[in-house]
Amino acid sequence: MKKAAFYLIPLAAFVILAVFLLRGLWLNPREVPSPLIGKAAPVFERPTLNKPGLQFASKEMLGQVWVFNVWASWCTPCRQEHPLWNELAAKKLVPIIGMNYKDDAGAARKWLTDLGDPYTLTIVDGDGRLGIDYGVYGVPETFIIDKQGLIRHKHIGPVTPEAMEKKIVPLVRELQKS
Amino acid sequence: MRALFLVLMLALAGGLHAQTAVPTEDDPLTAKREVDLASKLRCLVCQNQSIADSHAGLAVDLRRQIREQIAAGKSDTEIVNFMTDRYGDFVLYEPPFKATTLLLWLGPLLLLGLGAVVVVRVIRRRKQAAPPLSNDERARAAALLGGKESGQ
Repeated sequence: MKKAAFYLIPLAAFVILAVFLLRGLWLNPREVPSPLIGKAAPVFERPTLNKPGLQFASKEMLGQVWVFNVWASWCTPCRQEHPLWNELAAKKLVPIIGMNYKDDAGAARKWLTDLGDPYTLTIVDGDGRLGIDYGVYGVPETFIIDKQGLIRHKHIGPVTPEAMEKKIVPLVRELQKS
Repeated sequence: MRALFLVLMLALAGGLHAQTAVPTEDDPLTAKREVDLASKLRCLVCQNQSIADSHAGLAVDLRRQIREQIAAGKSDTEIVNFMTDRYGDFVLYEPPFKATTLLLWLGPLLLLGLGAVVVVRVIRRRKQAAPPLSNDERARAAALLGGKESGQ
């Protein structure tokens, strides 16, 4: 009896290993947890896309919850999520600020004319430096920033209808109450 | 003679000038530091390449960032911290030693220790399981081996 248990140890070890490996199959290696969650959103002051002379400073958003969406006209998945931002903007629930990441300003403006402009305003990050401060590595990325200016959530990749309904909208509502 | 002197002076001045105006990436020490740092950092766009290997836009930007920070006199640790503050420990090919990575670092040692304990126990048990032969058994073994006890 004792001997049988002894021989079962390798089997048990194998099962444990297999469970971990199987779990690994369903994890997305592209979703790297951001160290910025719960920390202050990097402060910026940048020209806006539609009025290049006008500078917009992130501190103007203090006191309200806002959504910060990183996009570019060259980014195909951005096109995929864009209708969802249009829908959210139509609800007038929360200000959506865009970050136009490493893009050509003309192409970016044309994109907004063609597909609709859900953004309260879009700031320009031509050389990607602000993107680096926000830990952006794959466009589109979306941040939810609370009244105190802390990053509360980061969505990597195109927003899906599920993510919008189950995470982004409820979180915005919850943060607005607090 | 004088002309030669002048030419020499000019040549020297040119040499000196070239030395101070070398762009950062041509300075071999800076370039080496940049490459060393960049090869320690993972490119998040193409995750199995380092920033040094990758041609992705982000890798190019991050290399520029490293170069600028070296030029600004930042230490290697400061530059690495700049990256982990933004992208997390995942950018490091060598994970740091801290509470959450304890098992990762010590796991193999733990398994080695466990294996050693098992091996020692198995060997001890085997020794006990084979008691010394009695005289009768010894004689029989000798007979089986063709009477040559010295073969033992």
